Amino acid sequence: MHPDLVLLLNGVVSGLLLGGLYAIAASGLAISFGMLDIVNIAHPALMVASAFAVVAVGTWLGLDPLLVAVLLAPLFYVLGTGIYAAYHHFFERRGDEALQGLAFFFGIMFIVEVGLVMAFGPEQRFLDPPYAFVTWRLGEIDVPLRMLVPLLLAAVVVGSLLLWLRSSFTGLAIAAVAQDAEALRLMAVDPVRVKRLAFGISVALGAVAGGALVVVQPVEPTSGQIFIGRVFAICIMGGMGSLPGCVAAALLFGVVENVTASFAGPSWSPAVAFGWLLLVLAVRPQGLFGRTA
Amino acid sequence: MSTTAAALAVPPRSAAARPRHLPFWLGAAVLGAGLFLALRLVGNEYGYYAGYFILQYVVLASAWNILGGYAGYVNFGAAGFMATGAYTAIVLRKATGLDLLPGILAAAAVAGLLGLGTGYLTLRLRGVYFSIATLCLAVVLHTLVVNWDYVGGSRGAYIVRPREVPPFTSYGEYLFVVMLVLAILTVGIARAVQHSRIGRGLQAIRDNERAAEAVGVPTLRLKLVAATLCGALMGVAGAPLPYYSGYLNPDAAFSLSYAVNAIAMPLIGGAGTWAGPVIGAVLLGALQQAATVTISSALNLWIVGWMLVVFVALAPRGILGWFQGRR
Repeated sequence: MHPDLVLLLNGVVSGLLLGGLYAIAASGLAISFGMLDIVNIAHPALMVASAFAVVAVGTWLGLDPLLVAVLLAPLFYVLGTGIYAAYHHFFERRGDEALQGLAFFFGIMFIVEVGLVMAFGPEQRFLDPPYAFVTWRLGEIDVPLRMLVPLLLAAVVVGSLLLWLRSSFTGLAIAAVAQDAEALRLMAVDPVRVKRLAFGISVALGAVAGGALVVVQPVEPTSGQIFIGRVFAICIMGGMGSLPGCVAAALLFGVVENVTASFAGPSWSPAVAFGWLLLVLAVRPQGLFGRTA
Repeated sequence: MSTTAAALAVPPRSAAARPRHLPFWLGAAVLGAGLFLALRLVGNEYGYYAGYFILQYVVLASAWNILGGYAGYVNFGAAGFMATGAYTAIVLRKATGLDLLPGILAAAAVAGLLGLGTGYLTLRLRGVYFSIATLCLAVVLHTLVVNWDYVGGSRGAYIVRPREVPPFTSYGEYLFVVMLVLAILTVGIARAVQHSRIGRGLQAIRDNERAAEAVGVPTLRLKLVAATLCGALMGVAGAPLPYYSGYLNPDAAFSLSYAVNAIAMPLIGGAGTWAGPVIGAVLLGALQQAATVTISSALNLWIVGWMLVVFVALAPRGILGWFQGRR
């Protein structure tokens, strides 16, 4: 095969694999930003916080990072419900979401980031599970398990989440609160409770994404910054509240970014995210699969 | 709706409000001259250094407030705009040898265009999209500068500053005076905007954008004017930065502390009025300058983050709100 074609094929495949990480990182945001209309710009920072916790706990107990992340998820769920309770009490209830609410999440993002620098130092941290150094070769194409395992995790987590949202009463209530919180109140369901639960889940998803992040690459306290552009671009492109749209957008985004990185150099990949975001906002703000508002 | 109508019904008052500009400019000039003389009497180079540090935040916070405080559109990319100004000054210096003052003008032009462009692409949508776009803008500009060898890439760029500029005793003093003049001009511009038709239009947008649009406020145009002005003034705040430190690398120019301070200062002081950012900048700037001497800079920034969160939660109208009473 032509070397450029091989490069392209490899870029596409590893982009799809990378898309798994992005899917799980963006799915939490699809719930908070897409469904609940809460602009949680601290989401990537919380994901990185979870990554650091995973490295610390995983090194201490000698466990697999993904397992640790899943074990930590309930803790982050509680943290998420706490953050939502404060957000609702101080901002949502008063109608101050736009300016003060955004500043609140920005403050949280900042506190988490600087807190990580103070607690762990600015260096990169890593925790490599044994499968991280295994690469399957399918003909000319490399499939590193370091990327494949997070993709599988993303498939399981996002799949079961989707199933739960579509079939359980609480899941349907979350979908309903996104559409009309008042109507929910008429059916004797407390929209604030439903939102708190959903926001907790979104932060817990961020925690799992943190585990996946540790497997894919070393983390540093500022890793979250690059992810902000990526996850919001994916979330908007996927049509905000739609999980399947989010996954499709994440895979597509992974491919575009990775192909750019293999042909133009990896240092340009953050620019892809931003260009993509601007393009989506300028041309199709309702997302690739979204309906017009 | 009623607040919008009230905001739009004031134009007759603006004619009466105009004469108050003279006392403001006189007062600002006297205050500036007093500050300069006091520092000169102290005669310590550190005084100029700390004064510059605080005044750059007065410029940055006032600039942020024009779009964020008046119109309610949050710009998270203050560091990006500021670094744009700083790197414009560096490029101009390298390419043409032009000094600080032309650099400030060029920085205003480039950062203003950047604000206009970002605004044009995202301000037609909901406010959060503009916020997210500005947040990413800083990251992308950071990437661009790191990859740009002409300005030194990640190694950074040096600026050899002149030992002194004739009427001033030292270069530090000169920079302080430049920043002092810039700060007075910026606060004056922010104040003039607040009392002008533009300012009232922006306030109408903040209170209820749809209603403002419906009664004929040219919302998009006003937002674009504000975004351009806001970007240009942030660029102005950054232009002297390479001269101030003599060396600038991307990590310092795009430091998150600019982004967080640009938001924290107006919100803590009281967003929406020209005086709020000044109060916030002087307070937080002085606090940080004092704290950097005594405690680590990370802890210092951490405190700013906490103050931001606590203030927006407990005092959403900022310090000025305490005096104006509860709405």
